[in-house]
Amino acid sequence: MAGLESLRSAALAGLVRRASDYADTATGPAGGSGVHRVLPVLPELSRVLPSRGLRRGSTIAILPGQSWPAGGSSLVLALLAEASRSGSWCAVVGVPAFGAVAAAQVGIALDRLALVPYPGPEWPTVVAALFDGVDVVVSAVPTGVSGSIAKRLGARVRQRGCVFVPYGRWEGADVTLQVVRGAWEGLGQGRGRLRRRQVSISARGRGAASRVKEVKIWMPAASGRFGGVVGDPVQIGGRPALTLVPGLAEIDSVDEAV
Amino acid sequence: MRPPRTLLVWCPDWPVVAAEIVEGVPSHTPVAVLQANRVVACSEAARAGGVRRGLRKREAQSRCPRLTVVQHDEGRDARAFEQVVAAVEEIVAGVEVVRPGACAAGARGPVRYFGGEERAAEQIVEHVAQSCAVECQVGIADGVFAAGLAARVGRLVPAGGTREFLAGIDVAALDRPPLTDLLRRLGLGTLGAFAALPAADVLTRFGFDAALAHRLAAGHDTRPLVVRRPPPDLDVTAAYDEPLERVDVAAFAARALAERLHERLAGHGLACTRLGIEAVTAHGEELHRVWRHDGLLTAAAIADRVRWQLDGWLSGTSRDRAGHDGTGRCRPSGGERQGEWARPTAGIARLRLVPDGVLRHAGLQPGLWGETGEERERAHRALSRVQGLLGPTAVLTAVLGGGRSPADQVRLVPWGDERTTARPGEPPWPGQFPPPAPAAVLPEPMPATVLDVGGEPVVVSARLVVSGAPARFVGDTGPPVEISGWAGPWPVDERWWSSAEARRRARFQVSLADGRAMLLSLAAGRWSVEAIYD
Repeated sequence: MAGLESLRSAALAGLVRRASDYADTATGPAGGSGVHRVLPVLPELSRVLPSRGLRRGSTIAILPGQSWPAGGSSLVLALLAEASRSGSWCAVVGVPAFGAVAAAQVGIALDRLALVPYPGPEWPTVVAALFDGVDVVVSAVPTGVSGSIAKRLGARVRQRGCVFVPYGRWEGADVTLQVVRGAWEGLGQGRGRLRRRQVSISARGRGAASRVKEVKIWMPAASGRFGGVVGDPVQIGGRPALTLVPGLAEIDSVDEAV
Repeated sequence: MRPPRTLLVWCPDWPVVAAEIVEGVPSHTPVAVLQANRVVACSEAARAGGVRRGLRKREAQSRCPRLTVVQHDEGRDARAFEQVVAAVEEIVAGVEVVRPGACAAGARGPVRYFGGEERAAEQIVEHVAQSCAVECQVGIADGVFAAGLAARVGRLVPAGGTREFLAGIDVAALDRPPLTDLLRRLGLGTLGAFAALPAADVLTRFGFDAALAHRLAAGHDTRPLVVRRPPPDLDVTAAYDEPLERVDVAAFAARALAERLHERLAGHGLACTRLGIEAVTAHGEELHRVWRHDGLLTAAAIADRVRWQLDGWLSGTSRDRAGHDGTGRCRPSGGERQGEWARPTAGIARLRLVPDGVLRHAGLQPGLWGETGEERERAHRALSRVQGLLGPTAVLTAVLGGGRSPADQVRLVPWGDERTTARPGEPPWPGQFPPPAPAAVLPEPMPATVLDVGGEPVVVSARLVVSGAPARFVGDTGPPVEISGWAGPWPVDERWWSSAEARRRARFQVSLADGRAMLLSLAAGRWSVEAIYD
């Protein structure tokens, strides 16, 4: 019965399911499709995404931002982090400046991450080939992608059930994420080091998600990982800020007494 | 029972010759090959200079100051000897490799074929010299042991004369130092004197190994040859009278070829992890590429790879970016630029599959937690497909290692290759940045300018004194931006011992008023952006 239920929900989502998903449902409700339909993301990001994660078959665009602060590269890492950690295969196309060390610090499994830094003029073919076997495909959008190609790729993403993350302006994206504000902390005049950055990410979707949502997130937090509660104080310059020690007043009074 | 007539080909000073073949150490100069600080072989010139086997390195160098010292490597000796064995095998059947530098064969066949022992020996020496430019000597005697000694002096011992030949030779030829020492102290200086002892007494007094040596000394070396079996020929080739013009036709033909290869491998109980696919067109253009695979290549996987490779080639879209790493190479017949896969001018006339890495097929071991399951298989297929489109070096995977800059810590290896790092992460690398790491590492550092409040370029002295607080950043595009925070300089002086690779620079972390943060480096008075904390 549970199998039937999940089948129906999948049909409602309007997605074609792969044979392996059917096998999952058949073996038991515990491995139900609900787990596999949506790839996990950081809890902070799940608040702004319509299906609380990376829904298979959806297109989530990341805008690098017209002006600074950019933060696009970090946003790509943030989006991949949880999915990769939970076992998904990812590919990054057309980003020669991909920071692999940062990716590893965020928690991305590098042995399940393929890089295609220079896809060349065959970009649509390369990306379409990756849709066949990779769960999350991030790709810088080359200039002059025609509407028909975008539409065909979108259809292929839905059919193959992967997640496409165009890194650039993309017509027909289900959600468009963008870093709107960002401020680094930890660097003083001639001392300290970059420790963490608070960014605001806005998400604009289509249909039910057309309302712009915004979330504040540490990207990266002081540990190098992403996410975490925004609002806890950070020390600037690596030196503890001066605070009032509660016991000192008493010591003074003791002195007077002596 | 008389030992069989044996022919032995011996290459003098083989470790020295092998060093010349593999590493290009000229063997006409004084060369010594050392193992554990002792000379194991030396060239003729070194011997003339007084170098002997067993000398210490320092003593050998003092006797012969121009001596080139090479470390002994048995693998190198064996590898280099392979071509000599192949050359001998071309004219003599049934060759046993006694050790690198010596191989033996039954003498009866070649002697009858060439019509005489001298003629056969001449032919072999001539052929080896011509085909691999290696000097060798041939000896013929009864048994491998005697033939080896005969080869050293270049003698053809007549049939039945082996015992007399051995009688005059020093006991050191037995190559058993403790026994030789003992025999000398007993006053037995030659093999003949040793052989004259009663065999039963030798066995009871000196043990089994000495009894064996006694049999050798007496010329009773009856051990039959252990003939090397040439490795099975696993290549499959198909020639097509009608050149294949279309990809689908070629793929169909490849399918049949893949089945044949798979059958042949299965027949030998082998499986293939690395496969070379070679296609030749009617006009002689050639395309060769080696495909690697983590698991084992099945017939369908082989057929897929042939199709991808031909697909990319025949449709004229694929190109090989790096092209020099040995994973893929192409040889266009015309004077076209290397590294660019030209579209072939004619259909494919010949296809050849060469299994490159084969191993015993013992069944595939699946991963314990399912990480090598279906998902992995699907991802591999997709990425191999992209490799077929763009060339094998277009799909990369990052491996983290040690290093001081974010770019140094990453090594990009082609997908499917072994994930090994160039620099180990341990011992630690002082000067490495603590997390967070920059999210965008520029493949090529971008030039920039950093000015102080007065508008002068900021420089750092040799004692790491900054000339002024950085106040403005000018990139190669865009207007100047105020610097809101900075830290540094953090000096790095890397590989100073090698002038070609030496890098000396001071690094700064800088945050700009518009919210950007960067990793800047200053080397030889020039600022550049290494990475962006994007």
